[in-house]
Amino acid sequence: MIEVHHLTKRYGPHTAVEDVSFRCEPGTVTGFLGPNGAGKSTTMRMICGMTTPSAGGATVAGRPYRELPNPGREIGVLLDASAQHAGRTGREALTLAARTMGVARGQVATKLDLVGLNETAARRRVGAYSLGMRQRLGLALALLGDPRVLILDEPANGLDPEGIFWMRGLLRDFADRGGTVLLSSHLLREVEAVADRLVVIGGGRVVAQGGKDELLAGAGTLVRARDQHALRLTLDRAGLPATAGTDGGYVVRAEPEAVGQAAADAGLVLTELRPAGSGGLEQLFLTLTAGASTKEAVR
Amino acid sequence: MTAVTAPAPALRRPAATGPSLARLTGVELRKLADTRAGRWLLITIGLVAAVIVTVQIFVVEDAEQTFTAFFTPALFPVGLLLPVLGILSITGEWSQRTALTTFALVPRRERVVTAKLAAVVLAALASVLVSLAVAAAGTLASRATGGAGAWTLDWHLLPYAAVFQVANVLMGAGFGLLLLNTPLAIVTYLLLPTVWSILAAMIRALREPARWLDTSVTMEPLLSPGMTAGEWGRLGVSLAVWLLVPLVAGLVRTLRREVS
Repeated sequence: MIEVHHLTKRYGPHTAVEDVSFRCEPGTVTGFLGPNGAGKSTTMRMICGMTTPSAGGATVAGRPYRELPNPGREIGVLLDASAQHAGRTGREALTLAARTMGVARGQVATKLDLVGLNETAARRRVGAYSLGMRQRLGLALALLGDPRVLILDEPANGLDPEGIFWMRGLLRDFADRGGTVLLSSHLLREVEAVADRLVVIGGGRVVAQGGKDELLAGAGTLVRARDQHALRLTLDRAGLPATAGTDGGYVVRAEPEAVGQAAADAGLVLTELRPAGSGGLEQLFLTLTAGASTKEAVR
Repeated sequence: MTAVTAPAPALRRPAATGPSLARLTGVELRKLADTRAGRWLLITIGLVAAVIVTVQIFVVEDAEQTFTAFFTPALFPVGLLLPVLGILSITGEWSQRTALTTFALVPRRERVVTAKLAAVVLAALASVLVSLAVAAAGTLASRATGGAGAWTLDWHLLPYAAVFQVANVLMGAGFGLLLLNTPLAIVTYLLLPTVWSILAAMIRALREPARWLDTSVTMEPLLSPGMTAGEWGRLGVSLAVWLLVPLVAGLVRTLRREVS
């Protein structure tokens, strides 16, 4: 269980995170989505006590992170896979953590095996690891204390497609056994396959959150006609807000029935009419965060 | 019996107690030696002591080759390297960004810092034992090569040598905590005595403060026969300035700093 209340972080005049609130329930995977620089990492660092918030707070398993006596046994954290000592071997990095948490030494080999790092890899220095291997090591580190909560910042970065598929399975299984997962990503496709809930952040603010199905259902209607130009005029005339999709159709913020009726009234031939689903959510994600990412590019 | 079969192994309840300070100190001691750089620093410290003693056998008059004569000179170069160990143990967490993992597992940062200080103090005490062992080897070698090889040791030297090395390593740790940057901390630490002596030589008004503040001056009596009350006083003042102040200010900075 993770609870975030009105988290805010200001750096001088710049507000990185503003009034962010959400909850992650046991048994669910929450996808934390936003473009680069939206405030995802800052929010996660505040949850884990690495950064002091300017206002608001967060609790994990009912307590502020810094007040947990042995957090590694309750929460697995992977904030940055690259933050490992280049001179230590993968096994040594895990051994240090196991000793700190008081975890049996045998768990080091078990968890290395679980994330698919073999004996040879475990003996190599982390400096020689690829980013994908570092992500696997970071995941092993997060899972080492058999926690009930996982907080992972961009865990799929650097993983190959097979690795991403494997990780989804691992996280799904973790949640199905009653665990709580919060994972961030800047790619919608990456999290929608595994997340139950989505929290979308842009420019430091939560712009949308809710169950994935609910967000997908609210994502509008995809419509395509033989005469795209006439369709556009018809939609405008009917007062239905439409945005051009990436592949020629329009995503309309309205029910399919209303769109179909408008087209029928205008005597248009439709070639496609359906709930927009993930395509619509992507559209929503893009429009919701477009302003924020432009700001990021300029900054 | 219930109709439901046993569920998949539920996620285990966590242990309620946090790691003890002794456990954390053990982890920090391990961190001193588990990288190639760390290992070589420790080996170098041992080698330096051995080299100095070997040189002594050749250059010191046979009659003066006593245990004490082998023990004292090696303390200085070791005392120069120990601060580097102290600095690295602190700054390594930031330059290698392992602080992110360390503080995720132990969010009470002051406990991590305390464990680190305990670890480097233990390392400093161990270095005195190494110096003793090397001096003993030197004495035996001296006997074998026709030197005096007398087993005389001014016993007061032992606690003084311990104070000397512990102060050195803690000063390094203090600089590391305050500056949180490896090259900056090492260069600042090593330059400081030189800057003092240059300034004191150039500016007359600085000569008296230097006697109280230049640690290379105030710590020297520790390794010569006897310390006067005045010498203890000057040592205390210099250590308050160069050890206590950086440690406290550095601790405050480390507790507040954002880890990313």
